[in-house]
Amino acid sequence: MRALVAMSGGVDSSVAAALTKDAGHDVIGVTLKLWSGPNGEAPTAGCCTVSDAEDARRVAAQLDVPYYVLDYTEEFRGGVVDRFIDDYTSGRTPNPCIECNRIVKFDRLLNSLADFDCDVLVTGHHARNVLEEGGWRLRRGTDPAKDQSYVLSMLSESQLSRTRFPVGELTKGEVREVAANRGLRTAHKPESMDICFVGQRDYRSFVRDTAPGALAPGPVVASDGSEIGRHDGVVGFTVGQRRGLGVASGEPRYVTRIEPATSTVVVGRREELAVAGVTLSQLTWTSGRHFSGNVTAQFRAHGEPVSAALHSDRLLFSQPQEAVSPGQTIAFYDDDRVLGGALISTTFA
Amino acid sequence: MIYLDHAATTPMRPAVWEAMQPYADEVFGNSSGVHGVSRRAKNALEEARERISATIGASPQEIVFTSGGTESDNLALKGSVFNPSSRHGVVTVATEHEAVLETTDFLRRLGFPTHVVGVDRRGLVDRDALLALVDGDTAVVSIMWLNNETGVIQDLAPIVRRVKEHHPDVLVHSDAVQAFSSESIDVESLGIDLLTLTGHKFGGPKGAGILYVREGTPLEPVLHGGGQELGRRSGTHDVASAVGLATAMHAAAADRERFRSQVGQIRDDFEKRILATVEDAIVNTPETDRSPQHLNVTFPGVRNQTLLLRLDRAGVAASAGSACQSGASEVSHVLESMGLSADEARQSVRFSFGWNSTSDEAAEAADILFELIEGLR
Repeated sequence: MRALVAMSGGVDSSVAAALTKDAGHDVIGVTLKLWSGPNGEAPTAGCCTVSDAEDARRVAAQLDVPYYVLDYTEEFRGGVVDRFIDDYTSGRTPNPCIECNRIVKFDRLLNSLADFDCDVLVTGHHARNVLEEGGWRLRRGTDPAKDQSYVLSMLSESQLSRTRFPVGELTKGEVREVAANRGLRTAHKPESMDICFVGQRDYRSFVRDTAPGALAPGPVVASDGSEIGRHDGVVGFTVGQRRGLGVASGEPRYVTRIEPATSTVVVGRREELAVAGVTLSQLTWTSGRHFSGNVTAQFRAHGEPVSAALHSDRLLFSQPQEAVSPGQTIAFYDDDRVLGGALISTTFA
Repeated sequence: MIYLDHAATTPMRPAVWEAMQPYADEVFGNSSGVHGVSRRAKNALEEARERISATIGASPQEIVFTSGGTESDNLALKGSVFNPSSRHGVVTVATEHEAVLETTDFLRRLGFPTHVVGVDRRGLVDRDALLALVDGDTAVVSIMWLNNETGVIQDLAPIVRRVKEHHPDVLVHSDAVQAFSSESIDVESLGIDLLTLTGHKFGGPKGAGILYVREGTPLEPVLHGGGQELGRRSGTHDVASAVGLATAMHAAAADRERFRSQVGQIRDDFEKRILATVEDAIVNTPETDRSPQHLNVTFPGVRNQTLLLRLDRAGVAASAGSACQSGASEVSHVLESMGLSADEARQSVRFSFGWNSTSDEAAEAADILFELIEGLR
């Protein structure tokens, strides 16, 4: 089998490449160049910096596999960055890393596999892709603290059939051990946390610089509609946010709703954050079969799974949930098996 | 491996490495020293300088040794702009190498007046537009002789003449890095003030270049220090590289006739073979005013990064013309300046032949290329 290994320069994808080679496959390592600043400079933070590409290149050389840097800046700009700005300026909570996985890493790379003369795509995600019931099924990674199945929940069965996650069977400690035993330079590399194209700057200044027209000042209002403050753009506010609201109040206030049409931020008491359920869009089922009934749902990357009932595109939580907002990805599980994923369109109380 | 990336760099010609070795070994002296081993090094350096100057019709003191094309371009532009005259502007061309364009942009950011002139569909500079931008502020006009991505050749002499006619005080520089293998260079008949060459483009060592500086040309150094190279470029000499550069220049100049006919024939045959098999291929290298070694081709519907990866896997080394530090291929500013869209530029590949290219390997590469393109479509 010939495998295209997406190497970010981190320890997980380094070990994914090593394990794939050990299994006797023909490996081609690639790093995706996704973003450069206004003057073409490479990002300095996040998962795709110049030094990361350099680490990936050196690991590929250590493993003696060919290595290339592929330019996907155009796809990334259109599919991820523009969407990120659009989501923020529309009052939705963007998921740039999920979109990047879905649109660039999986959609584009999987569609290009034949062009690169490869059979499968290998990444360093912590999830397990298991052949069962005659098809490839996604399960949570072995290391519960590192499980990334949530961000992969919108992969289709056909995409899963051409994808492998070799480190999903290992704990993070075991991954580092494999890397250290083989002397890979990324063995002790810290994990990246920042959103790569935002880097160390905050979201607001990124959106302000990238889409200067996207910010309109507006009121901060209480639940009863009375104006209690002003803000200079809905960008940067997230449902559930407590800090930085710019309003003085005796009791803690939270963002409960964002209304981009009127540039209004609604704040209220913690109880008002409660969401009974959500409507969904872009439902994807890993098995290809639609599912309805009782599911376990997870709406944050490392959030607690909660039980819910799914009927068509409506999901009703069995207990009201806080800080659920439109734009977030929601993943459905049956035990550790991923049933599918969707985007949250609207919330209802 | 079939190596079709000679415009990026070349393997050393025979005898070059051999000529260099003593100066990395027993004749290790600092050419500025006062003792025997230094005198031998100094002697070799000056001999190299003489041989180099002879190949371009210059006198030895007009040769400044540098670390290569990028440094020479930087010295030509910054040196002209920083020198204490009343002229501080730069006029250059959109299809120049980054070493010129980025230096120009740096000077612009410092507040110096800079102008970048466009080119036509074939990549030839608009002479009238260029001349119109040269004025009393202009310190230096910089025009690449032979383009690294397409191989188009500017007819330099008449442009130099016209600039000098109207503005005798303006310095004219040419980045001639790609030209030396195929073009006879005579700085006198060219009338040029500054000219950049680098050894590794014609079978010499990397890290070894020169800037030709016409006698009497005011030039502020970029590297200040011990005052080597008559104060124009400080730093301990790399004598081995200078000797290697001289050896390669001598060999390349002697081989020029053969290079033009034989390498040109190999390139032309390769071009015909591609056009006969890949019917919709578009050649971006113009039919006339072209070098014998470059060929830039657009393959509609085939992204160059994919094709280059597949070519590499199949043992053929080519390139997209320019690469950034990460190694990703970028949209070519040269092709975009010629009017190609970003998508067309992303479907374009440069093949460049060199002193050791053979017609057999070129034919084999053309067949591999055809098969890969068929498969990718």
